[in-house]
Amino acid sequence: MFRNQYDTDVTTWSPAGRLFQVEYAMEAVKQGSAAIGLRSKTHIVLGCVNKANSELSSHQKKIFKVDDHIGVAIAGLTADGRVLSRYMRNECINYSFTYESPLPVGRLVVQLADKAQVCTQRSWKRPYGVGLLVAGLDESGAHLYYNCPSGNYFEYQAFAIGSRSQAAKTYLERRFENFSDSSRDDLVKDALMAIRETLQGETLKSSICTVAVVGVGEPFHILEQETVQQMIDAFEIVGEQEGPAAEPDAAAAAGQEAAAADQGGSTEEGVAPMDI
Amino acid sequence: MEQQIKSQNRSCTEAILARYGKAPFFFFFLLRKLKIQICGIKSFASQIAVLIFLLGRPLVLITMPKQQANWSPYDNNGGSCVAIAGADYCVIAADTRMSTGYNILTRDYSKICKLANKCVMASSGFQADVKALQKHLAARHLIYQHQHNKQMSCPAMAQLLSNTLYYKRFFPYYSFNVLGGLDNEGKGCVFTYDAVGSYEKVGYSSQGSGSTLIMPFLDNQLKSPSPLLLPVQDAVTPLAEAEAVDLVKTVFASASERDIYTGDKLEIVVINADGINREYMDLRKD
Repeated sequence: MFRNQYDTDVTTWSPAGRLFQVEYAMEAVKQGSAAIGLRSKTHIVLGCVNKANSELSSHQKKIFKVDDHIGVAIAGLTADGRVLSRYMRNECINYSFTYESPLPVGRLVVQLADKAQVCTQRSWKRPYGVGLLVAGLDESGAHLYYNCPSGNYFEYQAFAIGSRSQAAKTYLERRFENFSDSSRDDLVKDALMAIRETLQGETLKSSICTVAVVGVGEPFHILEQETVQQMIDAFEIVGEQEGPAAEPDAAAAAGQEAAAADQGGSTEEGVAPMDI
Repeated sequence: MEQQIKSQNRSCTEAILARYGKAPFFFFFLLRKLKIQICGIKSFASQIAVLIFLLGRPLVLITMPKQQANWSPYDNNGGSCVAIAGADYCVIAADTRMSTGYNILTRDYSKICKLANKCVMASSGFQADVKALQKHLAARHLIYQHQHNKQMSCPAMAQLLSNTLYYKRFFPYYSFNVLGGLDNEGKGCVFTYDAVGSYEKVGYSSQGSGSTLIMPFLDNQLKSPSPLLLPVQDAVTPLAEAEAVDLVKTVFASASERDIYTGDKLEIVVINADGINREYMDLRKD
């Protein structure tokens, strides 16, 4: 994308009908470290890569519990993500105070999307620079949504966002058909494998990734490091043989990966993302 | 079938008589005597009507007794609560009868609410306000957990409850609370409140309709010498957990004998290091 005269303001359209500021916000999401989500009929797993800035610092928190039945993983400007998850928590608390029942996930993502849209239509605001993978369980089943800075939201069987997420997406596309009936543990395993794909050769350790699960009879919680390490060890031995072969065809070839898994999630060069 | 409803058309005079009594007429005659005519109006009663229009409020104050509001936003659902703190446990108990006036609404209503992991509240009074208060505290506790990644301690919850009650100082929660739990060191603690949030950490307490019967008995059994005395003595009772539970059962059995609002069933909650345990005991049903 090039710098041009239509990108100073979010309230300025380009002649091609694009809002560049919003697209730049989506770029910010792509710069953040990877986050992935996948779901079965009864469980949803969120995972993310934790990259600390230096050895001296701790890593940023990218997975937030919103309520017992909803959790969110973010990629992009983590500060924006923190603020949005505080908003989501508030909404959940207010809803369950008034209606004595958990807030349906679909409603929450719509409210979130509307909040994001407001920032694309005010000259004194800027779009949120964070993409959210909202995982939630309600009466209608298990759901995984992706909320864009543009104010769009999509429901997914499995998705990955952030830097090097294309590798994870390729992996998920190959396997997504089995997810519906996967057991909880298989789902977590698949999540860890997908995370490993984004690391591009680095060894997968529990210290550089975080995994969270929500499901039927299981409130949203982040798995402990030891548990995660055990699962990694369990399949590392098997996975190593599979690993090199599963390495993705490098070029993120435009468009053709838009299989059923991503309901229009992949971006083609030159096409405004908001068209999807 | 043909019930002739008497027409409500009253004459002006009748209407004034009904509303204000005879006083306006005396006043009018006085004016007549003094040869003062009101506004050039000829009709007797119309003059009175104009007078009343002009002097309405003071007239009402003179002629009519002040009527009090006969609708109250509050009701008392009765019941009693007790809490006793021990060295490493806390017992909170309340009866399960909910009443209004001289009637029973239900024999099976819990007045006890778990606010946090090691913190339980029992409240008697107006149960609608109690329910609203419990929901409010539960929401605040959720926010706390999100922000601090841990459960609220009992002393923290105690302060929060006090603030919440005082927030409604000028339209209070009609709720008499007793908060019990374990503090950060695992020692039992009990906090007792009034309706507007004044609270105190004590070794034992009771609230509700039976509290006047229960409190003296607890004082007799559990009262420790003044905390100002040296050597410093603990407010918490040296009794064992089982003994404290027995004491609570005795106390409620006695209270049910004389307090009509206490009875049906007793719910006892015990908090200790292992967690929260709940048991029930039958009380008199009359």
